[in-house]
Amino acid sequence: MLGLALLVPAACGGGGGELILATTTSTENSGLLDALVSLYEEESGDHVKIIAVGSGAAMSMGERGDVDVLLVHAPAAELAFIDAGYGVERARVMFNDFVIVGPADDPAGITGSADAAEAIEAIAAAGARFVSRGDDSGTHAKEKTLWGAAGLEVPSADGWYTESGQGMAATLTIAAETGAYTLTDRATWLSVSDSARLPLLVEGDERLFNVYHVIVVSSERHDSVNTAAAGRFRAFLLEPTTQQLIGEFGRDQYGEPLFTPYASESN
Amino acid sequence: MDLIVDAVAEAWRLLRTGDNDIYGITLRTAAITGTSTLVALLIGLPLGLGLALARFPGQRSFIALANAGTGTPPVVAGLLVSIMLWRSGPLGGLGLIYTPAAIVIAQALIAAPLIVAITAAAVMALPPALHLQIRAMGANQRQYLWLIAREARLPLLVAIMAGFGAVVSEVGASMMVGGTLAGETRVLTTAAVLEVSKGQFGSALALGFILLAFILVIAAALTIVQQRARRR
Repeated sequence: MLGLALLVPAACGGGGGELILATTTSTENSGLLDALVSLYEEESGDHVKIIAVGSGAAMSMGERGDVDVLLVHAPAAELAFIDAGYGVERARVMFNDFVIVGPADDPAGITGSADAAEAIEAIAAAGARFVSRGDDSGTHAKEKTLWGAAGLEVPSADGWYTESGQGMAATLTIAAETGAYTLTDRATWLSVSDSARLPLLVEGDERLFNVYHVIVVSSERHDSVNTAAAGRFRAFLLEPTTQQLIGEFGRDQYGEPLFTPYASESN
Repeated sequence: MDLIVDAVAEAWRLLRTGDNDIYGITLRTAAITGTSTLVALLIGLPLGLGLALARFPGQRSFIALANAGTGTPPVVAGLLVSIMLWRSGPLGGLGLIYTPAAIVIAQALIAAPLIVAITAAAVMALPPALHLQIRAMGANQRQYLWLIAREARLPLLVAIMAGFGAVVSEVGASMMVGGTLAGETRVLTTAAVLEVSKGQFGSALALGFILLAFILVIAAALTIVQQRARRR
C-alpha cells in the first residue's frame, strides 16, 4: 500500500499546469536549474519536469511536441528549429564560455593561446589525444564549428581523436584519465571534482562564447504542448530578479559565478 | 582507494542526516521495484505455468522466446516504452511518461520474461509421475495448478529474486522513461548515475553502497522465506 501511495505522481494538486523542460546536461549538472526551477514552481504553482539531454535531443523532442519549453545552447540548430516552425519566442537568457582544457605537459603547446581555431589545429598537427563529446550536444556543435574555423574537416574517430558519447562531466573524466584535450563549458569544468579538472589552457576567444536561449515549443503542430506554462517559464527566466540569481549562482562554491545574465527579449 | 573510504563515510553521513532525499529515494526505489516485480509476477507466473503444462503448436518457439527475453536490454525496453508513452506516442494521452508508473511498466517488461522462463523450467523439471499422482487424487484444475506451483516453490522463489534483481539493478529504462526527476522518479540507480555524470564519484559510490545494502536485505528476506518453504 505504501508502494501505491508513492506511485501517485507528486504533480497532483496545485493550481498550475505541468511543464516539461528539455535542457542540456551542462545546466542540469551545474545545479543552477534546480535552484531556478524550485523558485519558479513556488511562484507560479506550475510543476516542472526537467529532462536533461543534449541540445540536439532536446530539439528533436521539441519537434515531436514531447516537451513544452527548451533551454539550449546550439545557435545554428536553434535557428533551423525556429525556421521550420517548431519553436517560437526564442529569447536570450545567459551565457558562459567554452574553454579548451588538456594535459599539464601540453604536447600540442597551446597554453595561453587566445585563438581557439589555431589551438585545435595545433592539437591535430601534434596528433595529441582529443576527446569529443560526439553526442550532438551544444558543446559538440561548438567543437565542429571550431574545426570549420581552422579550415579542417571534423576528424574521424580513430587514433588520437575519440568520441566519448557521454555528458560533459563524464567526458572531462575520460580526458583527464587518458591525458587528452577536450572542449568544455566553463560551468561544468568548475563543478567537477579535482581529479577530473584538467588545467585550463585556452580561453577568451570570442568564438568560444556560449549563449543559452529559451524557446517555447510551438503548439501549431501539437495541441498537447502547454504553451501557457512555457510562456510563464520563459518570462520568469528573463525577469531581473531571476537574472540576478543566475549571476550569483555558484559564487559561494566556486569563487566565481557559473553563468552571466544576458537576458534579451530578442536574440 | 581514498575514494572508497570517503564514499563509505559519505554513505554513513547520508544515512545519518537523510541529506539528498536519501530516504525518499530509497523508499521510492523499494516501492517501484516491488511493484514492478509484483506486476511481472502476475504476468509471468501464469504464462510460465501455461507454457510448461499446456500442449499447443509452437510451444517450443514460445519457450525459446521467453528464454531469449531474459536478455532484454533495459535500454531497449526503456526506448520501446518511451516511444509508446511520449506525448507523440500512441499512449501519450495517458500522461504517464516521466512518472513512477512508466518505470513500473518498463521494469515489468524486463522482469516478466525472466519469471516466465524460470517458472516454465522449474515446472518442466518436476517428475512426470507427479502430474499423474495429483490427477489420480481427483484434483480439479485449480487444485492441480496450485499443487504444481507448490511443488516448484523453491525455484519459483529464484524466479522472484531474479526478476527483482533485474529491475533493482537496471538504470537504462528508468532513466529514459522516468527522467530521474528529483522527488518523483529518482531511484537509487539513476541517482547514482546522475552523481557520476556530475563527476561526484564519492556520493555516487555512497548511493551504490545503500543500493547494495537494500538488495541484501531483500535477498535475506526471500532466503528466509525459501528456507521455511523447504522445511515444509
